[in-house]
Amino acid sequence: MSDSQETTSSQTLYEKIGGEAAVNAAVDIFYRKVLADYRINRFFDNSDMEKQAAKQKAFLTMAFGGPNNYSGQDMRNAHAHLVKMGLNASHFDAVMEHLGATLTELNVPQELIAQAAAIAESTRNDVLGK
Amino acid sequence: MRSITIGESTFSCQPDETVLETLLRENVQVPNGCRQGLCQACMMRSLDNSPPVLAQVGLKDTLQKQNYFLACVCHPEQDMTVALPNRQGASIEAVVIKKQLLTPDIVQLVLEYQSPFNFFAGQFVNLKRPDGLTRSYSIANIPQHENILEFHIRRLPNGQFSSWVYDELELGAQLTISEAQGSCHYLPGRAEQPLMLVGTGSGLAPLYGIIADALAQEHSGPIHLFHGSRDLNGLYFIDEMHELAEKFDNFHYTPCLSGEDIESDHIQGRAHDIALSSTETLNGWRVFLCGHPEMVNQTKRMAFMKGASIGDIYADAFHVIQAEK
Repeated sequence: MSDSQETTSSQTLYEKIGGEAAVNAAVDIFYRKVLADYRINRFFDNSDMEKQAAKQKAFLTMAFGGPNNYSGQDMRNAHAHLVKMGLNASHFDAVMEHLGATLTELNVPQELIAQAAAIAESTRNDVLGK
Repeated sequence: MRSITIGESTFSCQPDETVLETLLRENVQVPNGCRQGLCQACMMRSLDNSPPVLAQVGLKDTLQKQNYFLACVCHPEQDMTVALPNRQGASIEAVVIKKQLLTPDIVQLVLEYQSPFNFFAGQFVNLKRPDGLTRSYSIANIPQHENILEFHIRRLPNGQFSSWVYDELELGAQLTISEAQGSCHYLPGRAEQPLMLVGTGSGLAPLYGIIADALAQEHSGPIHLFHGSRDLNGLYFIDEMHELAEKFDNFHYTPCLSGEDIESDHIQGRAHDIALSSTETLNGWRVFLCGHPEMVNQTKRMAFMKGASIGDIYADAFHVIQAEK
């Protein structure tokens, strides 16, 4: 779904980053970083890698300012079982690191990375069930 | 206004409504999540026409080919008949025309069918015997004119179905087969891509079909098969595979034995370890994994970490149904 944005003189963050193509490029890189990180990979351990990758894609789309319907409550519900497993701020920080590193690897300009990071950061309390 | 048929019921899809919205409004249970075409929880299959292209974005190519789509982003362009995954229910009858031991542990079973039947080599069907006991087995051959399906069935200790196939099933007997299922199969396109196929035991069955399919469709990239077993009883088609490697320059075959102290010329070690260490990177490769669930899931992850894209990894884990006590 890349055609729902209105094209005006100022592009949205999602468009500037590169839209769906950018998400597709980012998802494998990001997911690999997460799985390789012993601090957090237990939260992503799922034999159904396709579903897990689809979730990463949803997350990246949201962080890139793309179309999404997630409410704060959805985020809480989706992560509640992870909070029970011990998900805390340090794990959230690690994911933020990987988000930044992924975008850097894709040569996204730093100012756009900062904007994406701010969007992802805004979900912190909901994700951690605070 | 378009109509949506599911099972025995037909509903009208209001303008601007998605298939998911129509079905939920009519109280049809459809799993769903993000409702924006990302999480794939609401995946369904169109049984008649090709679904709108936009409703297939992000799905695995093999699933797209089989007309799967995401109900939450599907605005029907024509009337649709749909089903939830693996609930199509259609089945046909088939007759046993060949039964032959490949090793003491694995039997080759060939069935002949009359009704029209579509499948991709590497997909699986549910085989049902007359009393209703049902098990899933992978199809080892490619669609041909003869209307046959080949299976390689491993005898499991206490396996109700496999023991019955071994001991009692006779030529001429009738079995019911479900529609072909599963997304682990070959698709043409990207013919130069290197392929890696790793299977354990009767996991060779779908891989054998996939290789035959790839070669028949003139796949030009290298095709590397690693077939593994603990002991010699799990390795079969060794001569056939060596012959195939003689015939096709791009096909390479490595039989592997993981058990200790076995006298043989085969490579010692687990098939997936040997496969993964055979190449620096899997970036750009297409990977097929079939057999033992632990092997499949572990290797899937390792292949991904080694550079294969998620979309390029096709897997079929053979889960064993525990015999009822």
